[in-house]
Amino acid sequence: MSIEKLTALEIAAKIKNKEISATEVAKHMVSQAVKTKEETGAYITVTEDVAIEQAKAVDEKIANGADLGPLAGVPFAIKDNICTKDILTTCGSKMLYNFEPPYDAFVTKRLADSGCVLIGKTNMDEFAMGSSNETSYFGEVKNPHNHDCVPGGSSGGSAAAVAANGAYFTLGSDTGGSIRLPASFCGVTGIKPTYGMVSRFGLVAFASSLDQIGPIAKDAADCAAVMNIISAYDNMDSTCLDIERPDYMKSLENNIKGLKIAVPKEYFNGADEDVKTAINASLKQLEEMGAIVEEVSLPVTDYALAAYYIISSAEASSNLARYDGVKYGYRAENFDNLSDMYFKTRCEGFGDEVKRRIMLGTYALSSGYYDAYYKKAQQVRSLIKDAFTNIFAKYDVIASPVYPTVAFKRGEKTSDPVKMYTGDICTVSANIAGIPGISVPCGFGKDNMPIGLQLMANAFKEDVLLKTAFAYQQVTDFHKGI
Amino acid sequence: MNYEAVIGIEVHAELSTDTKIYCSCANKFGGEINTHCCPVCTGMPGTLPVLNGKVVDYAIKAGLAMNCDINKNSKQDRKNYFYPDLPKAYQISQFDLPLCKDGYIDITVDGEKKRIGVTRIHIEEDAGKLMHDVTPDSSLIDYNRCGVPLIEIVSEPDMRSAKEAEEYLNTLKAILQYINVSDCKMQEGSLRCDVNVSVRPVGQKEYGVRSEMKNVSTFSGVLRGIDYEINRHIEILEAGGVVEQETRRWDDGKGISVSLRSKEDAHDYRYFPEPDLMPIIIADEKIEKLKNELPELPHIKRDRYMEQYGLPEYDATQLTTLKATADFFELVIAAGASPKAASNWIMGDIWRIMNEKYMLIEDLPFSAKQLADMIALIDSGTISNTAAKQVIENMFETAKDPAVIIEDLGLKQVNDESEILSIIDTVIEQNPKSIEDFKGGKGNVAGFLIGQVMRMSKGKANPQTVNKLINEKLAKL
Amino acid sequence: MKITEKEVEYVAKLARLYVSDEEKEKLTKDMSAIIEFADTLSKIDTDGVAPAAHAIPVQNVFREDVVKDSYKRDDILKNAPEKEAGCFSVPKVVE
Repeated sequence: MSIEKLTALEIAAKIKNKEISATEVAKHMVSQAVKTKEETGAYITVTEDVAIEQAKAVDEKIANGADLGPLAGVPFAIKDNICTKDILTTCGSKMLYNFEPPYDAFVTKRLADSGCVLIGKTNMDEFAMGSSNETSYFGEVKNPHNHDCVPGGSSGGSAAAVAANGAYFTLGSDTGGSIRLPASFCGVTGIKPTYGMVSRFGLVAFASSLDQIGPIAKDAADCAAVMNIISAYDNMDSTCLDIERPDYMKSLENNIKGLKIAVPKEYFNGADEDVKTAINASLKQLEEMGAIVEEVSLPVTDYALAAYYIISSAEASSNLARYDGVKYGYRAENFDNLSDMYFKTRCEGFGDEVKRRIMLGTYALSSGYYDAYYKKAQQVRSLIKDAFTNIFAKYDVIASPVYPTVAFKRGEKTSDPVKMYTGDICTVSANIAGIPGISVPCGFGKDNMPIGLQLMANAFKEDVLLKTAFAYQQVTDFHKGI
Repeated sequence: MNYEAVIGIEVHAELSTDTKIYCSCANKFGGEINTHCCPVCTGMPGTLPVLNGKVVDYAIKAGLAMNCDINKNSKQDRKNYFYPDLPKAYQISQFDLPLCKDGYIDITVDGEKKRIGVTRIHIEEDAGKLMHDVTPDSSLIDYNRCGVPLIEIVSEPDMRSAKEAEEYLNTLKAILQYINVSDCKMQEGSLRCDVNVSVRPVGQKEYGVRSEMKNVSTFSGVLRGIDYEINRHIEILEAGGVVEQETRRWDDGKGISVSLRSKEDAHDYRYFPEPDLMPIIIADEKIEKLKNELPELPHIKRDRYMEQYGLPEYDATQLTTLKATADFFELVIAAGASPKAASNWIMGDIWRIMNEKYMLIEDLPFSAKQLADMIALIDSGTISNTAAKQVIENMFETAKDPAVIIEDLGLKQVNDESEILSIIDTVIEQNPKSIEDFKGGKGNVAGFLIGQVMRMSKGKANPQTVNKLINEKLAKL
Repeated sequence: MKITEKEVEYVAKLARLYVSDEEKEKLTKDMSAIIEFADTLSKIDTDGVAPAAHAIPVQNVFREDVVKDSYKRDDILKNAPEKEAGCFSVPKVVE
């Protein structure tokens, strides 16, 4: 088997045992990344020089007998909205086409310090706004399972890179499903942690109260290993929780006997038959493994999507106001005066979807509409949180589809924003309530495209999600990949 | 018709914390352009604010000193607008839950006490500095000031004249300096004012239409601006016109205000809770602790000086305006000087020399004890007041003890009558014409002779003794 | 609720975006559709419900008032589209 098909923990073990050097792995994976970039557009930048340099340093340290931890020497990639010092960080936008931050994101630094080897920056929907990865200034991303299909968004490049064996793991960001959806469409495993578990410092903000960084990998064990590195307190992010975090690797028990799983019926409204079939089969599998599965009702789900689009767009309209051609990134070439420069820069620098959300968010916050939309959405957030609290008083996990369909065809939905938005019905609630969610490959549907099972747990219960996914992956093969 | 002005003032005061409000860059005036900056205060993508705890403490202290209620549940909000000096295109401020609200400041104008309401005090970040005159075709931006912590103190429209506004600002400035939360250096822009002015016919209840002058950076500008606006409004009304609600800019050089934008172009700031920052919850214990840290405030101190030391209001006000002055004054008294003598020396020769030397009271080379010693030497008759002036001058130069200076310069007062008599004899001998005049009935001869004696003794002769002896001498003629 | 073209113009101005007549028409249609969808919110009773700005209840996150090194000016200006004399440079601002 070629080494790119191994999991992150498997290749790390080989590097640690000196079966292969980190430098050799890095060189191989850089070429895989270049290939993936060409075939699927999953990468915006491949960082060959950085990768080789970091890998050599790891080899040196291993030669000196240092123990760098379980993922030392493993090549990985970062979504292009996460800052990498002196390395292009574009957010998939013309607006930041040349932006090289003079600082690292917290997670970037943590991974570098753990000996992980950065091989590139992955493509994404512009400013992480989208479900199909069709809005990047650097071109759309194709689903490695079928190049006619979308990889899901917005972390489409991160999911496609893992699925195409173009990285052992990647980091994505999830504001309304942007890790879980592409993980589901690409047949890989991705977890959105509890809000505040992973520092957002260096994550270019889309919607500050919803954004969270998480890993996308080949299986739950790799996700756990990455979580152990990136989930830590950071005093540069006021919303980062100053609490003890469990050792996620230790939570990977192959035993879910007595685990209580709630299945909210509202999450199946409008789901395709192939998706329903796969999810039901996976629930049966979990039952066979000893879990207790019960149907519940979460009626507030119907309002989650509207609340999500109001909150996320409002925050985005403010977060994206700083792109004005003054300090960094794109500046229009011809303009009459300062005001004209602002308008032209923003008009030319942002794509249509980003502009639409900025407009929507500006409208929702503007004088006279704040109470009806933004405040109302924040109240609905309270109701959604309460509803989840009630469910988690009785259940350990909520199970549902990640998306009502398998990966759709490229170009299929781009013309109708509402149609595109309604697909996010299953994923947005976790962001609104701040709870963790994981997407686990659970079958194949129409045209043999992957389907993901979403598991959500109460805040801080990533260990329960990882354990459940891990146990499931011990008895299934859906995550084995291409 | 007689008109009455209605004035409200918003004061922005920079807080004197060591670091900025949301990042660890130094909060320092001056410094080379764009060198007190980091990715956070320059609004780079992905960076996040973390609130400086001291800013909250300082704002609460200001609130307590201005008799405010402290909001126990407070939060920060984003105020969205585009301007090149605001790198995030939003200012982190406070909207509906300011840290402090419903306070007041008592002022005294022409001996009358008046209470000016303080609507609210909130925390926010300062913007950078735009420079328009460095290059011909561009404006340049220095972000050093970006993220400097500010408190905005909003008054009720309780002032009725520029004079009241002046008293309000002086009192407010004194309070901020006393509690040591702002150095209030106007020349460095650490206090700036937005002034709301309207006028109405005397007796009318409803307010007139107001105009707002933004960002006035000197107190004198505020006062001149208020008078200018009052006159402008009255002229419009007298001519049968309607005052427009608008934002104006005070042009201090030309002494006029000019329109910036009308109500129709008013900003829609789209305030919403800052999602990157968590709520601020203030415990009672914290309020209690900060309250206990507050010093005696200037107006209370002033009243005490009048009561306890019997100082006139003018002296009491002058001495308490700056805490450093009051502290020094109290040390001089503690060292044994009489309050009135201490007050006279500080407000007289000491301030005069300080002004000449551009010196602050904190920088005096001599101690309060040394000044008290000098006053004691006057009281005991060791030196005359005239000689004391020389001693003070010398203390500024040498910082030596007054006793030593008196010795060095030979300024000790001559009290010995026989010694003084011998000088008087010499003077009389040298001025025979004066004696003739005296005999001829001219009245001011004594004064002339006393002056001559003092001069001959180089100011050392005890003036009372000279006076007595000369009069005795003349009486015998 | 339907959004009018006038509102689209107003919002575009607030957001510093030019919109052509053609775009205006499309944006008006798109935004109306999204806002109509968002209007489902009006159907849920939120009387007495406190708005939640954050998902996780954390409060009083403060930083010590201790100075750390600032960045080098070159790093601050590194990405500036225009710089001059150690400053970010913009077209002359007329007050």
